[in-house]
Amino acid sequence: MSWTRSTQINAADHSRRNFVLRMLAATGTVLLAGCDAASRSSWLPKVLGVAEDASRGAQRLASPRRAMAQEFTLADLSPQFRSNGTANPDDSHYQALAARQFVDWRLKVDGLVQHPLQLSLQELRAMPKRAQITRHDCVEGWSAIGQWTGVPLSTILRMAGARPEARYVVFHCADPMDEAGTRYYESIDFDDAFHPQTILAYELNGRVLPIANGAPLRVRIERQLGYKMAKYIMRIELVASLAHIGAGNGGYWEDQGYEWYAGI
Amino acid sequence: MTGPSSPHSYYRHSLPVRIMHWINFLALAILLMSGLQIFNAYPVLNWGRSSYSDTPPLLVLAHGFPSWITLPGGRWLAMGRRWHLFFAWIFVINGLAYVIYAIASRHLHRDLTPTRNDWRSIGHSVSDHLRLRHPTGAAARRYNVLQKLTYLFVIFGLLPFVVLMGWALSPRLDAAIPGWVDLFGGRQSARTLHFIAAWALVAFLLVHVFEVLVSGVYNNLRSMITGRYVVDKEHADQRR
Repeated sequence: MSWTRSTQINAADHSRRNFVLRMLAATGTVLLAGCDAASRSSWLPKVLGVAEDASRGAQRLASPRRAMAQEFTLADLSPQFRSNGTANPDDSHYQALAARQFVDWRLKVDGLVQHPLQLSLQELRAMPKRAQITRHDCVEGWSAIGQWTGVPLSTILRMAGARPEARYVVFHCADPMDEAGTRYYESIDFDDAFHPQTILAYELNGRVLPIANGAPLRVRIERQLGYKMAKYIMRIELVASLAHIGAGNGGYWEDQGYEWYAGI
Repeated sequence: MTGPSSPHSYYRHSLPVRIMHWINFLALAILLMSGLQIFNAYPVLNWGRSSYSDTPPLLVLAHGFPSWITLPGGRWLAMGRRWHLFFAWIFVINGLAYVIYAIASRHLHRDLTPTRNDWRSIGHSVSDHLRLRHPTGAAARRYNVLQKLTYLFVIFGLLPFVVLMGWALSPRLDAAIPGWVDLFGGRQSARTLHFIAAWALVAFLLVHVFEVLVSGVYNNLRSMITGRYVVDKEHADQRR
């Protein structure tokens, strides 16, 4: 077998090498500028958004509709459950409700239902409850583990009776998100709405749900990311389409470019 | 330049391999840069099931990665996720197509599987690499044993692992078989492993590019673009 030393590479190859490297660097710079420009275009996010549908389809194939999120033990509880986003809604009506421990608060259930409801916290607490120790995965990347107690959303939806054309459950919240006073909103489909672990939680770690974590009521949707799990819920609305909710993408963060299906 | 009919040049990489190689490179580059954008939203690495436990973090990067290496350039988590999750699909589909092609075309068996001679020459190959000696003539037509083993490790080890650790970050996929993520230490461990595997791929890329540079950048690049690879004439002659 014969060999040549790399140090013997001739001058021509050397200049070719420099040329190739410079070409690569230039191409990279141009491509990156292009990627950034494309990110701000109207078409690219739509193209990339194809992946959201693909992920939703594939994840539903890979796990049964009723697949349960992992549950943990008390030993896994995070010492303090991180509060993210709104920690205390800057809203006078909400603050008045909070000042009286939410005794005047009512959960409204309306939209495409047979029987619109108005439920007090006391009534919710009197219903059959579910407690679960689950992991909360934020879109930012962190996870925290907490014990949640509340009423299964399915119980409320069966009480209200969904009309046949209803397809989504929308949560309208108390927390203002911007100067214009847009309040937080989120939505899920019936697969998640009727999932056994989807609960309207009023307790965290065995204590009354703190304001920082969404008092008086927040929803747990354990197989999706944290931003789906609306806090400070005031009203639950059943709708046939999300087109008229906010800018039409189904949620406050969805209207800022995040995926509606947040299973990954 | 040597023409296509020259006895000293031969057809090294088939068209499907060349196309899939460059798609793979593009997808991995975008995945890395958009991945660092996503990392910057929580520039901390934890070990375990959650980020908030009694275990201190493994790594905290107060300012995250600089904008020149993230996609998009500024802080923009939503768009970083769109790039990342789209090109994750491209990467997986391309990777599956490659594996199917490599098996069906016998590329895997013919070019990547070490022969008995390869296994015997392992010590020799290590010392050649360390001294930056590269095969010429007939030997240059085949991958050397370290090259084969590295490619096999990346194709069937590192790349599937980085995908699996990405899936582990999905709360929905975690529910497919509850608890499977604990095999890797929990979701936050999986996130850390996803990050480490990504940098291991960067390390592979650096070695790969280094070897391409020292063994003839023009020849190697041409062979991955047109398929044609020229075997050193002088030394090829010496063999006769």
